[in-house]
Amino acid sequence: MSKKPAIRIIPCLDVTEGRVVKGVNFTNLIDAGDPVEMARVYNAEGADELTFLDITASSGARETMYEVVNRCAAEVFIPLTVGGGVRSVDDVDRLLRAGADKVSINTAALARPELINEISGRFGSQVLVLSVDARRANTLSGFEVTTHGGRKSSGIDALEWIEQGCSRGIGEVLLNSMDADGTRSGYDIEMITRARQVAKVPLIASGGAGALEDFDLAIKAGADALLAASVFHFGIFRIGAVKEYLRGRGHLIR
Amino acid sequence: MIAILDYGFGNVRSAQRAFGRHGIDAQITSNRQECIEAHGLVIPGVGAFAACMDGLDRVEAAPIVDARLLANRPVLGICVGMQVLFTEGVEHDIPRSGLRQWPGIVAQLPAEILPHMGWSEINSAPDSELFKGVENERFYFVHSYATQKWDLQPSESLAPAMVSWSEYGAPFIAAVENGPLSATQFHPEKSGDAGATLIENWIKQCL
Repeated sequence: MSKKPAIRIIPCLDVTEGRVVKGVNFTNLIDAGDPVEMARVYNAEGADELTFLDITASSGARETMYEVVNRCAAEVFIPLTVGGGVRSVDDVDRLLRAGADKVSINTAALARPELINEISGRFGSQVLVLSVDARRANTLSGFEVTTHGGRKSSGIDALEWIEQGCSRGIGEVLLNSMDADGTRSGYDIEMITRARQVAKVPLIASGGAGALEDFDLAIKAGADALLAASVFHFGIFRIGAVKEYLRGRGHLIR
Repeated sequence: MIAILDYGFGNVRSAQRAFGRHGIDAQITSNRQECIEAHGLVIPGVGAFAACMDGLDRVEAAPIVDARLLANRPVLGICVGMQVLFTEGVEHDIPRSGLRQWPGIVAQLPAEILPHMGWSEINSAPDSELFKGVENERFYFVHSYATQKWDLQPSESLAPAMVSWSEYGAPFIAAVENGPLSATQFHPEKSGDAGATLIENWIKQCL
């Protein structure tokens, strides 16, 4: 019996108006289908977890998202994380009630870090994923946190932010490389390595998966879970094939 | 009827949906009579041990569980719903008394990265009913605390408890089957098809 859980493979569905989209660097969005149908397919293919990211997150579209989450949770029995536009304890409460197991927060926590304490104090740290959209920049660690899908600098150092998140009570870090996102040129391995050194919680690597080797390298750099969108949506790799490859490389796979 | 104890903690809807998968319309309730008379009672639980115990005290869960066990009616604790069955839980150095069905202390796992989050292997008890057909499957865990020692002394009059183990930082108890009282530290309702089989195995004990 091994001491570590299996490496989790997590397809991410970017959702707007109840539909899945994904585009290079968050622009030029291409419609890739119904989220619940895709969740069902990914579950059948062996996804270890699912992530829905509400990329419109305007108040009017929130109701649609709760419905999508509710429908998904009724059909797919693996952990579901939902993020995008989560601004308050009440937002978290509604998503958990709709059927989310975890909620990811990003911009709202940057604006008011106490939100992390409030959410974990109410629901436990295990429900809270800190989503960090980071890029290379001239900050202390060489990585900074961005907002608005990578378009704006927050002026906050990414590694310091992760450390602060851990001390405030997050349960997991979703580290998304905004330089690599959508490029399929590989995960930012140095960023993962550095984040692993400071994170006291499980680390999900995201952004840039394009070749099978990329997944292997991210695990070796310390990722506990690997998130990808476009390579799965467009059928470049099937989840089963990624898991088979990683098993062959000696990683623990469900 | 399967009842899911509603005490303000734990994802009761997830548990309910997991039974719906087997055609069972589980009732989310804290009604004393319903909870005592149901064919099976599920105690879910997420978050802090002490907060869950406060919630359980408010719905007077302890006498409900006692009454069910005396009548040999199945009870299933999930995650913190399992932890509260032990003597006490210690979170942030503060001990809190549990439902004291089993001797044992729930304490933080000695691991650098917490919580233990993900699909882990289980060393299932040889004659386990719950793991029948899924003995070698992984199940989904999310927790930082666990019981690391099984202390219940076997009695001559009762069948010995079946204890299944997992490991994260140290070996810990992943599941217990002790007469009508069963519990899992992992989340069968989130463990895909393996979890569905385990729940089905438990349902068979209830009906």
